[in-house]
Amino acid sequence: MFKPAFNKKKTYIDLSGVKKSPPFDTREGNFSCPACSAWISEAEKIQNNDLCPRCSHHFSVTAWERIYSLCDEDSFDEWDANLISYNPLGFPDYEEKLDKAREETRLPEAIITGRSKIGGVDVMVAAMDSRFMMASMGSVVGEKICRAIEGAIKYSLPFIIVCCSGGARMQEGMLSLMQMGKTSAAVGRLNAAGLLFISILTHPTTGGVTASFASLADIIIAEPGALIGFTGPRVIEQTTGQKLPAGFQRSEFLLQHGMVDIVWPRLEMRSLLIRLLNLHQGGSHGEKQV
Amino acid sequence: MARNKFDFETTYKLLENKLTELKDLSVSLHCDFSSEIANVEKRINELKEERYKNLTPWEQVLISRDLERPMTRDYIELLCTEFIELHGDRLYGDDPAIVGGIGIFDGRSVTVIGHQKGKDTADNISHNFGMPRPEGYRKAYRLLKEAEKFGRPVLTFINTPGADPGIGAEERGQAWAISQLLLCLSNIKVPVVSVITGEGGSGGALALTIADRILMLSNAVFSVASPETCASILLRDIKRADEMAAALKLNAAYLKDLEIVDEVIDEPVNEHLLDSPDFVISLESSIKKHLDEVCSQTIVELLEQRYLRLRNIGKFYEDI
Repeated sequence: MFKPAFNKKKTYIDLSGVKKSPPFDTREGNFSCPACSAWISEAEKIQNNDLCPRCSHHFSVTAWERIYSLCDEDSFDEWDANLISYNPLGFPDYEEKLDKAREETRLPEAIITGRSKIGGVDVMVAAMDSRFMMASMGSVVGEKICRAIEGAIKYSLPFIIVCCSGGARMQEGMLSLMQMGKTSAAVGRLNAAGLLFISILTHPTTGGVTASFASLADIIIAEPGALIGFTGPRVIEQTTGQKLPAGFQRSEFLLQHGMVDIVWPRLEMRSLLIRLLNLHQGGSHGEKQV
Repeated sequence: MARNKFDFETTYKLLENKLTELKDLSVSLHCDFSSEIANVEKRINELKEERYKNLTPWEQVLISRDLERPMTRDYIELLCTEFIELHGDRLYGDDPAIVGGIGIFDGRSVTVIGHQKGKDTADNISHNFGMPRPEGYRKAYRLLKEAEKFGRPVLTFINTPGADPGIGAEERGQAWAISQLLLCLSNIKVPVVSVITGEGGSGGALALTIADRILMLSNAVFSVASPETCASILLRDIKRADEMAAALKLNAAYLKDLEIVDEVIDEPVNEHLLDSPDFVISLESSIKKHLDEVCSQTIVELLEQRYLRLRNIGKFYEDI
């Protein structure tokens, strides 16, 4: 009697082509905050410094916005903007993705590095941009970080990096994975030189970036509510079949588990950095006398 | 390797059946077919050799994951005349996915650390499929620091699908544990030689593969992410993993070209690895050769070269 039920073939609607995007209000580009579901307009968001007016959820900002919000006015001198990725493995569609990312972000790569001043203190600073291929780390990202760290060593400067990344860039294969070792080795030299390294983890920082330079800093600061971890939550859910606890892998969760030093709001990040830099002066910092 | 578990091996399965038939026939008819039998055997071996020399990257991925391949403990038994396993990270627990200890290789004390998978499903579950948890990386870290204290060279054996993708691993700081290990290996003051023996999966494998020399078995793979992961993320179709295996350039020959791997050790075509005297000799002698070379350098030279070796990896254009 029940037999036909076993043979009944289930058919599902194919949703593979449907793009997931935040729910947009049909009116005029209003969208819902991913944390509190409040309806916000783009203008409100900008007016409120890219924070949700209701719950202060930190929306993503670009690498240049990071640089401008942290560094002293007109003090940023960009380094290595001339490093350009190509497709060393001949990976399918990589050039197209790079072109699209360059066009959309007007950035040469997923990271900006340079020398700057924060509260009058000379620093090397770097900021990653999640719009550029999820700020994944390929050869150029790894190289720019290493050059920035080596610059910090050369001029005896603290190194500050604002991280966000989906991990190692798959399209460059093992060359990407090895950037984890390369950047970690550079941090080793920074440590040997006794220089301060501050890492600011923002939403989302995962994979090979979290498992290399980002977690090797002297002081690790996380922005509120940022997703930070090694394995992404979807993969964990799929492979273990377990439901993830609320707040899993978020900044506050990591603070509780002893992985980050401070969770600190973006608008007060610059003043925190200035205080930290001041506390570390009198160490081996300050331009070397040549 | 003499097994018939992969699709591509069906090509000579038929011939092998014929051979058995022929052998049976020669017994039942009391006839001497020995020259025919020898001919068929020769032909099968030629076919196999031809096939194994031209494996696709995806076939190599499958072979690299084979549970019949020797695991770290087998290599330790093969290569070390003495070995004492040391357990635990002194912080939380002992990870069965990573084995470590002190042994004697070629007459000198070495610290050996490697990933350990199981030999069958039950064994594999107890070893968490060779996927280390933070405790495993911290055990490795502790053993490396011990090796450094006593100036003892380090051998690592790599064979893991990757780091454990579990909730507990994240809670206990997987990323932090891996990064500490990368930093430690990049500036440890003793020589390190790594052998990729099977599946080199992502950060979980890399954590033990920062070394002065990296050797790789010819059918081992080393990849930024598994072909399945890449297929599901980039192509949204896990069934196209074979395409991704080719695109990722994860095989030994290519990684040698990229100068990530120093030497490729050829695997025998028709035998289990440890049954092949040629393989065992070439593995042993090549580890010995590289260990001798790195041990003869001063620590300053060694650290400088290890840094440059990592520092030079990466391909990009520099516009002037």
